[in-house]
Amino acid sequence: MSAAEEAIAEGHEAVEAVPKRAMTLGTGTSLVVLAALLVVPMFVKNFIIFQMTMLLIYGLAVLALNILTGGSGQFSLGQSAFYAVGAYTSAVLMEHANINYALTIPVSAVICFGFGYLFGKPALRLSGIYLALATFALATAMPQLLKLNFLEHWTGGVQGLVVTKPDAPFGLPMSQDMWLYYFTLAVTVAIYIFSVNLLRSRSGRAFMAIRDNEIAASSMGVNVALYKTLAFGVSAGITGVAGSLGAIAVQFVAPDSYTITLAISLFLGMVVGGVGWLPGSFVGAAFIIFVPNMAESISKGLSGAVFGVLLFLVIYLVPHGARQVAIFGQQLVGKLRKN
Amino acid sequence: MPAVTGKLAAASLALALIATSTSTASAQKKYDSGATDTEIKIGNIMPYSGPASAYGIIGRTEAAYFKKINDEGGINGRKINFISYDDAYSPPKTVEQARKLVESDEVLFIFNSLGTPPNSAIQKYMNSKKVPQLFVATGATKWNDPQNFPWTMGWQPNYQSETQIYAKYILKELPNAKIGVLYQNDDYGKDYLKGLKDGLGAKAASMIVLEESYETSEPTIDNHIVKLKATGADVFINITTPKFAAQAIKKNAEIGWKPIHFLNNVSASVGSVIKPAGFDNAQGIISAAYLKDTTDAQWANDAGMKAFLDFMTKYFPEGDKTDGGTVVGYGVAQTLVQVLKNCGDDLTRANVMKQAASLKDFRTEVLLPGIKINTSPTDFAPISSLQLQRFKGERWELFGDVINAEAGG
Repeated sequence: MSAAEEAIAEGHEAVEAVPKRAMTLGTGTSLVVLAALLVVPMFVKNFIIFQMTMLLIYGLAVLALNILTGGSGQFSLGQSAFYAVGAYTSAVLMEHANINYALTIPVSAVICFGFGYLFGKPALRLSGIYLALATFALATAMPQLLKLNFLEHWTGGVQGLVVTKPDAPFGLPMSQDMWLYYFTLAVTVAIYIFSVNLLRSRSGRAFMAIRDNEIAASSMGVNVALYKTLAFGVSAGITGVAGSLGAIAVQFVAPDSYTITLAISLFLGMVVGGVGWLPGSFVGAAFIIFVPNMAESISKGLSGAVFGVLLFLVIYLVPHGARQVAIFGQQLVGKLRKN
Repeated sequence: MPAVTGKLAAASLALALIATSTSTASAQKKYDSGATDTEIKIGNIMPYSGPASAYGIIGRTEAAYFKKINDEGGINGRKINFISYDDAYSPPKTVEQARKLVESDEVLFIFNSLGTPPNSAIQKYMNSKKVPQLFVATGATKWNDPQNFPWTMGWQPNYQSETQIYAKYILKELPNAKIGVLYQNDDYGKDYLKGLKDGLGAKAASMIVLEESYETSEPTIDNHIVKLKATGADVFINITTPKFAAQAIKKNAEIGWKPIHFLNNVSASVGSVIKPAGFDNAQGIISAAYLKDTTDAQWANDAGMKAFLDFMTKYFPEGDKTDGGTVVGYGVAQTLVQVLKNCGDDLTRANVMKQAASLKDFRTEVLLPGIKINTSPTDFAPISSLQLQRFKGERWELFGDVINAEAGG
């Protein structure tokens, strides 16, 4: 039995222990996926490219939550708030200060990291469902904060802000959508590699030690408070980058775009993708983008119910999400090779 | 003034282009993607799920109405293919659905997409793609902006014109009024408030004694009513959505505050607001209307209302006839059918906008008598008149003339 299988067999806790080597894909598979992501846009319509861009963006946001929950074992229903801060940071900088879109992304990352780190401080006293509730409050408050009168000059209030979509630089012969896709892909790959390395590093091991047993971790000398807030900060920072990219791709920010529904979608994406399995984040993102459309095409009036049934089936049949499917596939390939 | 002249020059150039392109096309058939000899593909985006799902009934009424048109042979021999998607009132989703409609389904135009934030999210995209965003289902004033957004057009009277009409009435009949305003703290409430202040002009500052706002998340607005009463205001401008409007009418009666009460059209439904609030409490309330109310007994024998009810029974029996959304859906779908008829065999996007911007005295049967739809290349507000009405007994009584109030974006 491989380590990953053991993890599944023993997984009774809310966030089960995922060994760090089971958190990623093999190098070969990763390269194949990357090649597909590079080549496919050349053969499809702009609309599909736009959907793929959104998939990467939501994938990043789910990945951020995955680091927080799958890595350090903390729950958050407040990711939509960090996403909104990132989106608004980019939108305001681009539209009011005329700053280049690419430069707004590191700014969002820093601001959101700070925001997440600070929010992580009081959150230290909370754990499990209490933490989930506190972050839930953050998500509910965010759209209303964005509507505040004294911020309206910057945020555009309820009307939101329209963002200008960037053209491809250096006169490259590609559409805005395709350029933005490759730009997003580059950012996503960078963040993905960063995340994998983070979880393999000393900090990553500290996150996982805290997730598995806080008391044991602290007695081994891990600074629990520091690493818990750090996980919040990193997660918020990545979510902020996703928010920035989302604002540029959608070309519009408004408080109604970042409601609690978004936070729940991201949470759902993480569960469907497999908690703690980083590549699953993108499978989860695909689920939250495409399954509602499928449900709608099945029945317009009952789209919510159809979505519910599909979600129920996923949770019932593959409770560990895409990771379980991937491991099953891996075993199948392994068996075929032996025969 | 160079910027203004530049804009004017651009606008006149655009008009000249439209004029030349249509004059050559009048004889032969011309199509943009989405239109063929047998079909006109129309896109639509509605919140069938999510916080605003109550409005989804508008899209379902429209689908039913287009089915009726198709059963009767279509428009100039072409069947309508109505593709309606759900955006759950979430702007990013609206963008995705709009792009799907334009780039994947290749519709001729998007019709009656609902909500101010969703439509704001796609306005720039639609205008850069030069695909009509026709008769959007929101009363925000900004849709009437043909110079900057020549591919976007509203339909219903905008919020600002309604409160301007109240302001006109107040200045004429109640020049010494002390006005208390209650408004919802969002774009809708603020748009209404702006109309009122613009309408009152220089006297706004002295006449309005209190501007009180509430959030939709509040369970009740009772405390705001008490506060308004305490100011001694004798005119109450009630800019609230149905649930809160009913609460306000009830609370006024409870605490014995009897100002002259102006209720915005959004909440003028007899069935969903006045009846629950109690007929006794609503006597003398003034509002403005442009559509006939199905729950109002005075239209029981009206030919237009009968046609609407027959349509509902035959094509949309599961729909709620007393829901204002069905009347709106029916009226706006009829307006679109008229525009498409006028397009003849030139079903290009430019011609759809051109015909939509040249409606003259068009009436759908559900509009109040005397209200007509008029548009022009500089007027993208199809319905800009309303009539005042006062609540008496169990129904609204129209009074005064149809008042026209133009408010640009």
